[in-house]
Amino acid sequence: MEYFVQLFMGGLTRGSIYALIALGYTMVYGIIELINFAHGEIYMIGAFTALIIASVLTLHGFNEIAIFVLASLAAVIYSSAYGFTIEKIAYKPLRHAPRLSPLISAIGMSIFLQNYVLLAQTSDFLPFPGLIPEFGFMKKYEHISSSAELMIFLTTAVVMVILTCVIKFTKIGKAMRATAQDRKMAMLVGVDINRIISITFIIGSALAAVGGVLIASHIGQINFYIGFIVGIKAFTAAVLGGIGSIPGAVLGGFILGWTESFATGYVSSDYEDVFAFALLVLILIFRPAGLLGKSGSQKV
Amino acid sequence: MLKLVNVKTFYGNIQALKGVDIEVSEGEIITLIGSNGAGKTTTLMSISGITSPGSGEIFFRGRPIHNMSPDKIVSLGISQVPEGRHIFQKLTVMENLHMGAFLRTDKDSISEDIEYVFGLFPILTERRHQAGGTLSGGEQQMLAISRALMARPRLLLLDEPSLGLAPKIVKQIFGIIRKINSEQKTTIFLVEQNANLALQVAHRGYVMENGKIVLEDSSDRLLSNEAVKKAYLGL
Repeated sequence: MEYFVQLFMGGLTRGSIYALIALGYTMVYGIIELINFAHGEIYMIGAFTALIIASVLTLHGFNEIAIFVLASLAAVIYSSAYGFTIEKIAYKPLRHAPRLSPLISAIGMSIFLQNYVLLAQTSDFLPFPGLIPEFGFMKKYEHISSSAELMIFLTTAVVMVILTCVIKFTKIGKAMRATAQDRKMAMLVGVDINRIISITFIIGSALAAVGGVLIASHIGQINFYIGFIVGIKAFTAAVLGGIGSIPGAVLGGFILGWTESFATGYVSSDYEDVFAFALLVLILIFRPAGLLGKSGSQKV
Repeated sequence: MLKLVNVKTFYGNIQALKGVDIEVSEGEIITLIGSNGAGKTTTLMSISGITSPGSGEIFFRGRPIHNMSPDKIVSLGISQVPEGRHIFQKLTVMENLHMGAFLRTDKDSISEDIEYVFGLFPILTERRHQAGGTLSGGEQQMLAISRALMARPRLLLLDEPSLGLAPKIVKQIFGIIRKINSEQKTTIFLVEQNANLALQVAHRGYVMENGKIVLEDSSDRLLSNEAVKKAYLGL
């Protein structure tokens, strides 16, 4: 039972990260129907930014919590700037091109960013400081979970509540939903579509950066390639839950996290991906639009 | 108030508008009639900036708007009720109305205007918390018009408001269109396939064929014009 809880918590942690990143995929898809393959790289850049800032702050003798907060903040800002710029450079000029063009552009952007970080940093794994502070009260539960896992889940939960409120209650959130449902009509009521698209990229990138900082300080090492693998997994989570659906991305993230965690724990870590993708195939066979996705009918 | 000068609009290689000239004066109801595919919807989309004209000029209250983005054009006071209503399906009636007032910041008068459109279409009051997609066709048309009014337009563009609606509802909606024009002094540009109905409401009319204006006259004269009778009024 203890082992089960341990795996459950591990899955919750992975799931939180997948969910944070999957939200970026799904929100962008919801607005411009593009799979932003460079999104995983945003997450990686967030982790690198946090590493650099944390190193500098450590040298200057800042305390643990200040480092965690400031490094995360810097990662969020830097990644958002990247997300914003990528859209302007790689996708906006292709807005009216055939749908394959921005997709290829996205893959190109992803490869470009990986290699850029590879050249600017290194191909080796870099140790990442454990930024997440240890909580005293977690000592008792050491055998089943850790402060870092708890922190990751709590941060994710808070971020999602905030995101839900923004989308549900603010004017910008309403405009985002309207744009996702009927872009031309949104333009006709005066929504500046370019602004909404930019905001979507910024929010998605900020979420990915949060995920990047959290998981990197949990695992303890990063390199230029981490964004690719996690990106593919988070994309899987988004598709699993129904691409374009925000609750779907969260649900998909957690399902994928648990599947991997239990597969690793009860079978073998070698089979983690086999189970994850077998699940994806199964779900898509029975629910082609994903768990919470809209069924295939196109609006006219 | 609105002036289109030799407007030519293209979809890729297909020329939908072949030099359209239209002039609308303040306070008027004008109608643009013509058969399917004549270019009526394209004309409205060109005015709203959704499909920018390839050449030609559009002036609104003296200012050129043919190169403006759609949101700028809305902010100048042009709202459109597009063909097929385009209600935000998953937004509630209230949210749809608030989207109509997207560019406005005057909270108090927005609530006043919501009361005003609820007065025009009382059925929407009952539906206020329902998702737009659950409304009937007639209710959706009422919501679409209300949403456009929420921007407090000086010029209201209406594309086929009678499409697919029961005659009773059509009558009600056209009554409201007249009311908006006389009470709010809103200028109205009405595109209709139902020429008979449109010419009864409008002061003046334009007849469009194959992307060109072929006839322009007062509604009374168009109603008694032999060619119009034959082609569009089914007489």
